[in-house]
Parts: sequence; C-alpha cells; structure tokens
Amino acid sequence: MSDITKQTLSELVNNIKEKKLSSSEITQAFVDRSEKSKELNTYITEDFSNALDKAKKFDDNPKLDLKLPGIPMAVKDLFCTANVRTTAGSKILNNFVPTYESTVTQNIWNEGAILIGKLNCDEFAMGSSNETSFFGNVQNPIDKNLVPGGSSGGSSSAVAAQLTPITIGTDTGGSIRQPASFTGTVGLKPTYGSCSRYGIVAFASSLDQAGPMAQNVQDCALLQEVISSYDQKDSTSIDFKRNLYSKELTKDIKGKKIGIPKEYRVDGMPKEIDDLWQKGIEYAKDCGAEIIDISLPHTNYALPTYYIVAPAEASSNLARYDGVKYGFRADGENLIDMYEKTRSEGFGAEVQRRIMIGTYVLSSGYYDAYYLKAQKVRKLIKNDFDEAYKKVDAILTPSTPSSAFKIGEKTNDPVSMYLNDIFTVPVNLAGLPGISIPAGHDSKGYPLGLQIIGKAFDEQNILNIAYAMEEKINFKNKITDWWIK
Amino acid sequence: MSKEKLEYLINRNDNQYEVVIGLEVHAQVLSQSKLFSTSATKFGAEPNTQVSLVDAAFPGMLPVINEFCVKQAIKTGIGLKAKINKRSVFDRKNYFYADLPQGYQISQFKDPIVGEGKVILDMPDGQKEVGIERLHLEQDAGKSIHDLDPKNTFVDLNRSGVALMEIVSKPDLRSPEEVNAYIKKLRSIMRYLGTCDGNMQEGSLRADVNVSVRKKGSKDFGTRCEIKNVNSIKFMQMAIEYEANRQVDLIEDGQTVDQETRLFDTKKNETRSMRSKEDAHDYRYFPDPDLLPLEVSDEFIDQLQLEIPELPDEKKKRFIDQFKLTPYEANIMVSDIETSNYFEDVVKKSDVKLATNWIIGELFAALNEKNLEITDSPISAGNLSKLINLIKDGTISGKIAKTVFEQMMEGDKDPKKIVEEKGLKQESDPKALEALIDKVIDSNRDKATEYKSGKVKLFGFFVGQVMKVSGGKANPQLVNEILKKKL
Amino acid sequence: MSIDLKTIKHISKLSRISVDEKKAEKLASDLNSIFDFIEKLNELKTENVEPLTSVAETTLKLRPDEVKSKNLREQIIKNSPKDNEDYFVVPKVIE
Repeated sequence: MSDITKQTLSELVNNIKEKKLSSSEITQAFVDRSEKSKELNTYITEDFSNALDKAKKFDDNPKLDLKLPGIPMAVKDLFCTANVRTTAGSKILNNFVPTYESTVTQNIWNEGAILIGKLNCDEFAMGSSNETSFFGNVQNPIDKNLVPGGSSGGSSSAVAAQLTPITIGTDTGGSIRQPASFTGTVGLKPTYGSCSRYGIVAFASSLDQAGPMAQNVQDCALLQEVISSYDQKDSTSIDFKRNLYSKELTKDIKGKKIGIPKEYRVDGMPKEIDDLWQKGIEYAKDCGAEIIDISLPHTNYALPTYYIVAPAEASSNLARYDGVKYGFRADGENLIDMYEKTRSEGFGAEVQRRIMIGTYVLSSGYYDAYYLKAQKVRKLIKNDFDEAYKKVDAILTPSTPSSAFKIGEKTNDPVSMYLNDIFTVPVNLAGLPGISIPAGHDSKGYPLGLQIIGKAFDEQNILNIAYAMEEKINFKNKITDWWIK
Repeated sequence: MSKEKLEYLINRNDNQYEVVIGLEVHAQVLSQSKLFSTSATKFGAEPNTQVSLVDAAFPGMLPVINEFCVKQAIKTGIGLKAKINKRSVFDRKNYFYADLPQGYQISQFKDPIVGEGKVILDMPDGQKEVGIERLHLEQDAGKSIHDLDPKNTFVDLNRSGVALMEIVSKPDLRSPEEVNAYIKKLRSIMRYLGTCDGNMQEGSLRADVNVSVRKKGSKDFGTRCEIKNVNSIKFMQMAIEYEANRQVDLIEDGQTVDQETRLFDTKKNETRSMRSKEDAHDYRYFPDPDLLPLEVSDEFIDQLQLEIPELPDEKKKRFIDQFKLTPYEANIMVSDIETSNYFEDVVKKSDVKLATNWIIGELFAALNEKNLEITDSPISAGNLSKLINLIKDGTISGKIAKTVFEQMMEGDKDPKKIVEEKGLKQESDPKALEALIDKVIDSNRDKATEYKSGKVKLFGFFVGQVMKVSGGKANPQLVNEILKKKL
Repeated sequence: MSIDLKTIKHISKLSRISVDEKKAEKLASDLNSIFDFIEKLNELKTENVEPLTSVAETTLKLRPDEVKSKNLREQIIKNSPKDNEDYFVVPKVIE
C-alpha cells in the first residue's frame, strides 16, 4: 500500500484490523519518514529500533480488538515514558530516564500502540513557539522558518508533517490548541480532571491537561477515548462517566446553541481573523446550530490572571529540580551554591523568568495583591462561563490572534509572545474543554483555526460540533514536504 | 484546702520576671503508610528503603492522602477537646533543603483540620488548663546526616513524607515544670488514642519551644525566640531556663531581645542563634493545587467519636470513684494506658489497696531498675494478682511475698508454684505456732521474766526468735497474738 | 510598579537561581514589562469574591492505609548524580 503515512489514524486502524497492513509496515513507514525529516527537529529522542521490535512482536501475536492495534505514535516529551529518556525540553532533565510510565501513555500502550519517540516542546511547557527548548527550535512544516506554535510544537509539527499518525500534547494556557491552529491540525484540551496528570512533568497543576493532537476530528475523538480515565493516583482526577467519544461522534448538531462572546473581538484584531470567525458562524448555522450573542465580561483579565497563577504554581513545581535526586547537577562549593548554579545553568531564560515571577507573586507582602487577587478574578472568569452556559451549549471563537509567525520574531518581547494565548487561556482558567480545528488560511497561505469551547465534561458535544463544521469547512492542509530533499 | 500557687520567676536586681512559653509539638502519626504516599513508616529501616517515587519528588508524581492519617488527626483533636474543622486545606510551605525533595512541604496554613482545644494539667498546686491553638497535618522531612563525610552531607529520605500532627499550644505555660507536665499529658493522650507512640528517642515526638519573658504582672508579651527541634523533655527544660535567663539579662542590660530562631546546644547547654538562613522565613504559602480541600462529614466524625477509648482525665475520675484511689495514686495509674490496663487487670481478681501499693511501690521500682516498661514486665497482671491473693488469704506474709516477687521478676512464674517449691507457706496453724512459741519461751526463761517485770522492748526479741526458729514462715499476726497471751 | 535590582536579587535568592549584574538588569526590565501588563487586574473590585483554587468541583478522595511501594531504593537512587548506593550525596550546608 503506498503512502501509508498519508493515512489517517482511523484508516490505519481499520487497515490493521482488516489485515491489509501490518504494524511493522506502518511503523517502518513512519520511521522512514521521520528519518528524512530531521530538519524539522520535531524529535528530542528517537526510539525507532525498539519501535520496530515492538511492531514485529505485535505482528507475531496481533491483538486486533484493541483500539490502537500496532499503531506507532510519538508523544510530547513531557510524558514520562519508562526507560525512555524524558527531558521536558530542558537541560536540567537532559539525562533523565524515568523508571515509571505516565497514566495517559500507559492507557495508549494498553490499547496496542507503539512508542516511536519523544517530541520536542518548549522547556517545561513554557512558551508559545517551541523556541525555548534546550534542544532547539522546531520548524513548522507549513513553511520554512515558521514557528509551529507551542509549547506542543514538536507534536503539532510531527502530526502536520505526518511523522506520526497522531500524538498527545499538554495544554496549560493553549499549548495544544494554539500549535494546532498554527499547523492546520486538530487539537483538543479536555475538561480539567478528565485526563490523569500522573507522570506528566508538571508545569501549572491547576491548569495542565493532556490531550490529543490529530489530523482530523474523528482521530482526535478516538484518542480522547483512550487517554481519558479516572486515576486514583491523581487527586485532581475526576470520576465521571466518560463517553465513547469516537463511537458516539455525530454530525447532527441541529438545535445546538452556540454562543459568540463579544469580548473576544479584541482591539486591533486582524481582519482576517474576524472574517474567519464570521465564516465559522455561517458554517455553524449551516449545520443547524443556533447562534446566540453572549458576554464573557472578564475576558480581558484572563491573560494577566494566567500570568500570575501559572508562574506561581510553576515556581513551586520546579523547586524539585535541584540536582539532588536526578537530572543535571552543577558543582558547587556548598549546598546553596550547588542549587544556584544547577538551576541557573539547567533552566533556560524563559523558565527562569517565570520562576522569578511566580516566586515574587507568592512572596511575603505580595501574595494578596497578586496571587490571591488572581484567584479571585479566576472565579469571576469561571462565573462568566457558568452564566453563559445557562443560555448556550458551546462557544465559538478564533483559536489565535494570528497565523504562525517567523522564528525569532517575538523572542525579545515576552508580553507579545504571551498575547498569543489570549483566546485559549480563559478556557484553562475555567477548567473547560476546548478544541481547535483548522478553518481557513490567511493571506500568506498559513492556516488559521477556530476554537469551540464546551461545558465541563461535555467533550462529546464539542467534538460533534467540530466534526460537523469540519465537513463544511473541508480544510486542506498545504504541506509540500519542503524539508525532504 | 487550696494549695499555695507555685510560681516560676526569675529575679534580677529588684525585678521579677515571669516566663511565657508556647510549644509547637510535632507528633508522628501512627500509620502503616505515609501521609501522601504508599511507602512504609517503620522506624530504623535501612536508608532510603522506605521511599516511593512520590516521596523522592520525581517528575510527574502526585500526592494522594491517607484516610487513616486523617482519622488519627481527628481523634487526637477529640482527645484535646478541640473543634474539628469539617473543611480544611493543604498548603505548600516552600523552601529549599537537601532533605526536602519537593522543595516544599505539604502542610496546613490557614485552614487546619483541628481548631481550638485544651489540655488539663495536674500540677502540685492544683489543676491548670493549657489552651490548644490548633492541630494540623503535615509531611515530615527526610534526614540529613552531616558526619559521615567531611565535605558532603548524606540524605536519607525514609522519613520524608511521614505524617506529622503539629499541635500548637497557646502561650499559657509558665515554667519548665508545666512544660514537663504538658508534654507528658499530650503524650499520654495520644498513646491512649493510639495516634502517636510518643517515643522521643525515636523522634516520634519533638517540639519547637517559644520563649519570652515579661515583668511579673505585665499583660503584654515580650519578644519571643523559637528554639527549634528539641527532642527530650529534659532538654526542653534546660533550654527554657537558659533562654529565659539570657533574655532577662539582655533586658536588664538595656538591650532588646531580637526575634529569632535558635537551637539548643546539648553539649554546652545553651541556646544559640541559627546561622540566619536569610529569607528562610518567606515560605510563600499557597493552597496546594495538586490537592483539593479536605471535607469530612458529621457521620465521619461521629464514627470516630465512638472509637475514642476512656481518656486519662475520665479514667482518673473513675479510678477515684470506683477504686477509691487517692488523686495522687490515680494520677500515676492513668499516666500511661498500659499502666492503667495493667492495674485494672490486677484488681479484677485481687484487693485494690494491695494492688495499688504493690504496683506503685514494688513493681515500678523493679522495672525501673531493669530499665523496662510495664509492657515488658516479667510479671503478668494475672500472676501479680495471684501473689496479692496469697498475701490476702494469709498463705504468705508481706515479707515473704517480697522474696516471691523477686523470683517472679526473673521469669513469670506462678507465685503459688514458687511458694510450694520453696516451701514458703507461712505457718498459720495456731497449735503449731503455740508449740514453737512455747519452745522459744522455754529456751529464754530469763528474758521472759525480764519482760514480765516491765522490759517491754524484749517483745521484739521474742518475735524475732520465733521467726528465726520458724525459718521466717511464722504468721506474724498470729505470733503477736499468741506471744501476748503467753507472756 | 517598579521591580528594582534589590528585589531581583531577593527573589533570586528565594528561588535559588543565581544572577549577575547583567542578568539581573535584563530580568528587572522583563519583569517590569510583564508586571505592567499584569497591573490590569487592579481595575477589578474583588473584595467580595471567593478565590478559586481548583476548578475540579469535588473534594479530596481518601486512600486506604496500605504500604504499596516496597524498597525502591535502587530505582530511587539510580538517577542521582553522585555515586552512592545508599544515600543521596550533596555538598555540605554552611552552618
């Protein structure tokens, strides 16, 4: 069968189940393509030979009733994978090999999938362009020297370039949805508490969620079905009845009420984004949905809130990286010297910046003015959504305020970089599910995404809306394989 | 009759200072596994063999709370007659140290699981109530070992993550004696409840001592210093004495007392300032986002209430009422749950007065000599009560009983057997005794005459002779009676 | 709102990250622009709002008191930078 790597996950799964393809054939195809694509720099760690061994083992004893039988998959290097190096994109974990597996990836392997490698990301998931990784930038397959978004930049790039049929990323302020939008792919951030955080290198505990990054909504739904589970090892994991997202996927969204929040029409919003949003509204109507204007009054306060809460939690979560138990250690004359040198040399500039912000906003004299205040505003933001959801079933917004920008374009301006997350951050603050689907191109020909935000635990609904709109939009990603010589 | 109030005061020139003390006691919770992880808590294990991935703060590891530790904390709160807070929050206390793998300790800052309560102390001059401010749950840290290597510190994380109850008293204590009584009472309550074994040598109970001084009669509090991590009552008392005097000296000298953290140097018997960890005090507390608020229901608490055994104060009352012990005797018997259980076992089958005297008198002395706790007593309660019954029914005299007792201390034997084997039964047959006494009087006619003519002191001589002749086995009371008749 | 060099040095001590003069100046400049942006929150009145700590609207689930992790010493220590089988080894603290 030609062009194995051009197939969707669902097609590959079908072909394996129908014995038209073997795991070895599929895995070899993705390995070959990945080998040719090093210029994209999507991989931090390749596990190709192990993957081929596992594929062969699978073929010797195929379990075809599993959901991802013999499917090769690369995952973001934030998920701890047993015996495979896990770096979180950082020098401080450059040599770290976990002896344990994250729950989310274990769920994936339990359904028959095979790890092919660990994907590049912004260091400790802090960034929106994959430019803070210790392992270098990632190229967006859309065009040379374009950022793929971040922090799950390696993931979005790998999926768009078809180096892996599907992958998982993590999303704290938009790190799945924004890179999906930049690369013309689909990215879902589930409801907080839907996927276990056990074994995921923590960034901001009250915001982090793992989620699927795929080429289409159906594939995304299938992977969500696999990764979402109640985990007793994570105290923030929620025990609720999870749908069989792919089985229950439907395009019938007649009568669904979709809210359009006026506050998302921000100052200086590029016309192209606004036009795309309008188009999206029309597509939704075509699908039979009812469009309702709503207000989320505290939208403009979401980014400042996020840039207090996330760094605060991160400053504490990253305190364990001290060179004592694992990871990089610099020589020091005494304990404090060792700590300071280890962390200054081991962490990159963005991570250090955020740790400093976080430490400051929690420090004596500033806690009330910053951290406590931010947690109160967060309540207001959540209340906005709760109010809105009395009137609507889902909310439609653009995913990002622009298409992908050039590598290096925003690295000197932290605030301008932070503004990338303006549409995605409120969703994390409220703990709601959000999905980005590619919806069009800008004048440069770069992809743009639309975001559908749902009620808590209502992933099925936003997947359905996305599925319906996807068909109407009929988006075609323009990947020219420019990096393959 | 009210006793005169004893006061602990420091005199300097013409000024009298009183000492104000507050204690923060750290008590390790008795549980199988740790507070937020599933590794074991036993004392004395090989280094780093009771450490889980969560304890060692590996990337992606998350805390999951141990229900039993929550119950232990609530039970302790009930024992302290304290308010149980149905909703409490876990906060992170952030600082860096080699034995703190996470770089923060999970503790409770603003919303602890237990609120205000009280402890009653029985002091020589009357009862004293000491207020409890709060009790909260937190993780213990690992151990840093500084003396295995000249350049390096070795870290053992076995203790990292073990559940601690931090019990904060109000600044109601006024003397080293009160501190002694308070620690002992706290310890006793927790041992009764089975929530902490109170073993200070193993580190299950330690305290930070807050000391300040003020002129007698003043209502304001002076600046206090915190003496950290004192692990014996004796050291606490010494530290308080030293520190209070140090502060008084400063004040008398016209200087001010700086608020600081100090350590007690057990070799020099002084407190000294800890090398300032600069900003060690900015812990940047915030609610732990990996944990949700802890909520317990009324049913949960009620169920625990049912599991509370009779506590020392109640037991003391009952011992006084039921067994007619004096308050002094009752205090001793309830100070320890094992002692009170032992006592009750003994008095089930034997005389209370004798039991009390034998336990407080003979048994405690013998155990102390061998450095044993009552739980390791060679003499079981059953056998002690048998011994007491042998005295009560006249089989042996009190003096003989002491010999039997000594035998029993060497190995828990049935006293009846010892008496039989060694032929220690006392002679109580009046006829036999009469015969013995006649013999003695016969052999000592001259002394008998002397006695009859007024030398009453010689009575003891005759008693002694009878005892000697009978090998100590003559029943002393009967000997007395019969001798009186015969002489 | 101005974050000065003194503050940067204080925060860097708290977070155990060393800074030299040049780095401190850059950090001060970056943090100042970030905090200018954050100041926007002061526009909101929040006296009567309850802070939200978790969006997970549920309470803590309690685990039974069982020992499950048994002697993982090898696993735990094998990643540590210094070579000692029993302990973690770090340079001494100056007391």
